[in-house]
Amino acid sequence: MIMKLLSGDTPRSKILTLVLLAIFLCLALAPFLFPGVRSLDTAARIAIFIVLAASYDLLLGYTGVVSFAHTMFFGIGAYGVGLASQHMGRGYSALIVGSLSGALLAAALAFVIALFSLRVRAIFFAMITLAVASAVAVLVSQLSWLTGGEDGFTFRIPRELGPALRLGEFAGVKINGKLVNYYLIFTLSLILFLIMLRVVNSPFGRVLQAIRENDFRAEAIGYRVVWYRTVATCLSAAIAALAGSLFAIWLRYVGPDTTLSFAIMLDLLLMVVIGGMGTIYGAAIGATLLVLAQTYLQDLMGSAAAATEAIPLLSRLLDPDRWLLWLGVLFILSVYFFPTGIVGRLRAGK
Amino acid sequence: MSAAPDHKPTFADVPITERVAQAMPVLLIPILVVLGLLAIGNPSSWLTLTVSGLAMGMMIFVMASGLTLVFGLMDVINFGHGAFISVGAFVGISVLFALSTWAGAPSLALNLAAILLAVVAAMVVTGALGWAFERVIVKPVYGAHLKQILVTVGGLIVLEQLIHVVWGPEEIFLTRPEMLKGSITFWGAALEKYRLLAVAVGLVLFIAMRLVFRRTKIGLIVRAGVENGEMVEALGYRLRIVFVGVFIAGSALAGLGGVMWGLYQEVITAGMGEEMMILVFIVVIIGGLGSVEGAFIGALLVGLMQNYIAFLEPKLALISNIGLMTAILMWRPQGMMPVVKAK
Repeated sequence: MIMKLLSGDTPRSKILTLVLLAIFLCLALAPFLFPGVRSLDTAARIAIFIVLAASYDLLLGYTGVVSFAHTMFFGIGAYGVGLASQHMGRGYSALIVGSLSGALLAAALAFVIALFSLRVRAIFFAMITLAVASAVAVLVSQLSWLTGGEDGFTFRIPRELGPALRLGEFAGVKINGKLVNYYLIFTLSLILFLIMLRVVNSPFGRVLQAIRENDFRAEAIGYRVVWYRTVATCLSAAIAALAGSLFAIWLRYVGPDTTLSFAIMLDLLLMVVIGGMGTIYGAAIGATLLVLAQTYLQDLMGSAAAATEAIPLLSRLLDPDRWLLWLGVLFILSVYFFPTGIVGRLRAGK
Repeated sequence: MSAAPDHKPTFADVPITERVAQAMPVLLIPILVVLGLLAIGNPSSWLTLTVSGLAMGMMIFVMASGLTLVFGLMDVINFGHGAFISVGAFVGISVLFALSTWAGAPSLALNLAAILLAVVAAMVVTGALGWAFERVIVKPVYGAHLKQILVTVGGLIVLEQLIHVVWGPEEIFLTRPEMLKGSITFWGAALEKYRLLAVAVGLVLFIAMRLVFRRTKIGLIVRAGVENGEMVEALGYRLRIVFVGVFIAGSALAGLGGVMWGLYQEVITAGMGEEMMILVFIVVIIGGLGSVEGAFIGALLVGLMQNYIAFLEPKLALISNIGLMTAILMWRPQGMMPVVKAK
């Protein structure tokens, strides 16, 4: 049963299995293990970013295509839910219509971009996605009548998913709509994660890996490389859009900074590379690490900067706003020295 | 022994349609300029827009030329190029601040001397930085596109954050040197002095580059290296050293572009290089990877297009560049003047 759920792709390392189990259990029982608004928010973020990073890994790690437009698809999903809820009124139908249309639009856009760039050479894709994503980000912040501009907008989701719903107490934790919302997001994230695991372990996923290793040979064997790359792009865009929808449902807000910014794109790259490219599990570990680091490392750096205040340059280097600097260094080092990421290391050293 | 097959060579002129098709990329610029005149109608505002479009195009070309050559020569795509633009701007503007008495004096010679010193400082720093970047970041990942993209993006992040560390997180506002403020009137059109200077610098640079490429031995080696690197190495040239030289020169040009762009915008931020990279990539793609002439034409097209559209339909300006890129890629999927064969 479990083997079937995991599509036969076991972690293949004892430590990795334990880490993954720990992540799974912590997320599944988060409201009870770590009560509090902030930790619940962190848990939801982790769940959503695991899906997002895994969908990016589908492209980067499995297909060997670098895209800088992944946050654009994430944002399309988020804005899809936001706009649908705003215009159709609060209700489940708005959420479903918004998510599905967001995913479809993302897939269609990915198809067009792929058609233009992958046809010629894969490296075009990186540059063209960067250009398109930045144009979309500017467009969203300018079209303020539709998108609320830089500020974004809040919207209302069904009452059962908000803190207004009270269902009593269990094990000392108040059961309210926020908790229902959390479990909705957790379940959907888990399903999406398992779907992706299924995809990469299917014959289709094998072809993608073959293309990554040697596209010329894959073409010679008789697989149409462009077609496979295009389908992988569309699939990963659609899943990213669904993750964006989940994020919007959780925050009850959409805005360019939370969904479209280039900073999120960099975070995604870090998650996938540090966790381990070419393994869906790597995305899970990378996302967990990075979201935790984002939430708690900045506090740590703040205290470190305060401690070194006397030394002029060092305190600036340790400023909490400079945490991206250290992640960047970590990123370069991990590309050089651990190209297979944490998962690759663990699997090699079993 | 069988007879040789019949062989009847015929000599024919290249038909005019084919000649036009070959020259089409070059012809696009005058076509766009004329279309702009027709659409705008008013000659004096058209002239103003054309000059500012050309100025913008020249500056983008300065930034893009290094990137496209580096790609053509060594198949290295450097996403960190944008960081050199930012670093160049910050170094140059710092020098300009230090020379504020020169820059503030109402003498063109002193103003230009201040700018020249700023540019030299910026180019030296970014050139040195380029050399270090090539050594530390790019060298270990030759031949692996995926890793190149990842690692150079990492380098971009780190350099950008280091700018924050050195110069602080705020944007820096500046004013142009005294004699370059304001504009001159020509046929009823207001032409900003600085933009004229930018056009002149860009043109001189382009002509100088062309001369180097067409008339000197090193230019010959670089062009041959772009065309077929293995052959050049087989002939005994150490392409690797040439490549490092081109990388340094390209980085220095990015620094020059950064100073020019900073003076143009009158504000510099650490993220400016990253923003410019988007335009630079569009230019490099539509020009054809590896082609300096293509990048020149592409940059002018982007600059003119953006200025015309921003005047005619401000809302459309945001996506005009993407539209231009889409149109050109539909027409020529490899870019206008592709040099590098699909590797």
